[in-house]
Amino acid sequence: MAESETEVNYHQPDEKGHFGVYGGLFVAETLMGPLTELRLAYEKFMQDKDFLAELDWELQNYVGRPSPLYFAERWSKELGGAKIYLKREDLNHTGAHKVNNTVGQALLAKRMGKTRIIAETGAGQHGVATATVAARLGIECVVYMGAVDIKRQAANVYRMKLLGAEVVPVTSGSATLKDALNEAMRDWVTNIDDTFYIIGTVAGPHPYPAMVRDFQTIIGREAREQIQQHEGRLPDALIACVGGGSNAIGLFHPFLDDKNVAIYGVEAAGDGIETGKHAAPLCAGKPGVLHGNRTYLVEDENGQIIETHSISAGLDYPGVGPEHAWLKDIGRAKYVAIDDKEALQAFHDLTKIEGIIPALESSHALAYATKLAPTMDKDKIIIVNLSGRGDKDIHTVAEIEGIKV
Amino acid sequence: MSRIKARFELRAKEGRKLLIPYFTAGDPKPENAVPMMHAMVEAGADLIELGVPFSDPMAEGPVIQRAMERALEYNVSLHDVMAMVAEFRQKDSETPVILMGYLNPVEVMGYAEFAQAASKAGVDGLLTVDIPPEEATDYVAALKAEGIDRIFLIAPTTSEDRIKAINDASGGFLYYVSLKGVTGAGHLDVKAVQDRVSMIRTLTELPVGVGFGIKDAESAASIASAADAVIVGSAIVKRIEENLDSADNANKAVCELLSEMRAALDK
Repeated sequence: MAESETEVNYHQPDEKGHFGVYGGLFVAETLMGPLTELRLAYEKFMQDKDFLAELDWELQNYVGRPSPLYFAERWSKELGGAKIYLKREDLNHTGAHKVNNTVGQALLAKRMGKTRIIAETGAGQHGVATATVAARLGIECVVYMGAVDIKRQAANVYRMKLLGAEVVPVTSGSATLKDALNEAMRDWVTNIDDTFYIIGTVAGPHPYPAMVRDFQTIIGREAREQIQQHEGRLPDALIACVGGGSNAIGLFHPFLDDKNVAIYGVEAAGDGIETGKHAAPLCAGKPGVLHGNRTYLVEDENGQIIETHSISAGLDYPGVGPEHAWLKDIGRAKYVAIDDKEALQAFHDLTKIEGIIPALESSHALAYATKLAPTMDKDKIIIVNLSGRGDKDIHTVAEIEGIKV
Repeated sequence: MSRIKARFELRAKEGRKLLIPYFTAGDPKPENAVPMMHAMVEAGADLIELGVPFSDPMAEGPVIQRAMERALEYNVSLHDVMAMVAEFRQKDSETPVILMGYLNPVEVMGYAEFAQAASKAGVDGLLTVDIPPEEATDYVAALKAEGIDRIFLIAPTTSEDRIKAINDASGGFLYYVSLKGVTGAGHLDVKAVQDRVSMIRTLTELPVGVGFGIKDAESAASIASAADAVIVGSAIVKRIEENLDSADNANKAVCELLSEMRAALDK
């Protein structure tokens, strides 16, 4: 039998939200009812022509899609290998891919008659994207954010407040993204009647990992079409950073059946995997259950979640979307890790060579491209997801380099 | 007969209600756990619900969150908690003990390994907040094999169909969560609880306990009018937190509260 270019066999999750052995629905009983209500609404509206037309309109006219697929010619030459294309999610309204999902979920909230929106945020990008759509729809918005993150992402905190959101500092646990998620869940369990919880990544209980993915696959669908326009063929490799993993799954998913496209997810190695101070559950963690799903976690031998470390607040999370866990196990995607220093170097390189300031999250993906591209021939093609812009990070970078802004 | 079943049957025969106190194992210090358990029994507790510390307790209010953080400063693990129960069993072979916690520590240990160790230690039941029956097939089988009762929560939002499924997976008793919210929340509606518990009773043969939001003797007594057992958590942990400098004072404060509740229940 001739090997075909395309295997059309990937179909996840199952009807209970399992990606192989991962995913599922692990929450307190009070949330089972609301999650069923959400799943039914999501299933219904993703088949609803009016809803999809409204979503399209929003993505075009409010978010500014499609985002360009940009050939980073100078940078590619500098690296001396494969041609690197950047999917410019940094050019979306609010400056990152997060808004693709918040627009979708906010429209769903409106159709479900919810009058209050809550969200968790790490770097603040998802919080800003949520506050933005809430402002536009005139819906009350509360964002939970770790006290540590509030300090390192002050500009985004102010942005959310300008947009009319209430930002609630979370001081429990490690006071970062995972604790913000715990607190948002506690709010939701208390206010389920009128509140819609917009989760910002492809984690959490079913249907969130599938639903957030579906709202983010616009990235990969566009990239697939654009690369064929530019190059007349599919790319050889895809690279995206993985915290929870929503920008990555958004790029990867439309290519999963194209087995000649290599897929690389880049986790945060922080100070280095060997130091234990990292945020790389797929590279250095074990399976477990947290935040409503079974997935790889950074945990100790007793099943306690360990505090993670990364220069990038958006990657500073001990879990990862369950679909990534499954893609790792079946070998469809390869997961690697980039440390703080390497990410910082890529941040500077792209800024100086291409005139694009990338987010520190995206800089992890760029750093891996600098390793991969030189090993590939000049006629090979890599697409890197430039998931967000780096304006929010200039204070972090300046501080590390001892510069007062 | 399991200790849990025996205790519910005994109290039912006497026409009395069970008093079930909760505290977090290892809060504020690991060595205080076993003396606290004995003191609780002395003060009228029928069954002890021992909290297993977890780094990310999503369903807990601030009071129990802080208790877990205090216990985790001593790295109190699931193994340690079972060792506490084993020590308690040296002097008390009658009072049922259930563990309450989150799935990940049990998942990491392995369901079968946990069930064997728990049975050996004298644990009678397990309440895992974040595993619904839909995900619990292997979990239920492993616990059943070792005679460990499975306690599941029923919420104000739980449909009748799900109550039936939960009942099928359960053993020991059903735990009705009296309000929408986290542990220790303050908006208890007694009439609504009575109505829901009456409905649940039409769907189960198991006894029904009610918890979340019971603060004092008065609220315990009014909830007890509808339930077979009242479960008290945050109100107890709060008293421990108010006496962090002295284990004796903490035990005393907790026992005072339990004695008042016991008296109100038996009136």
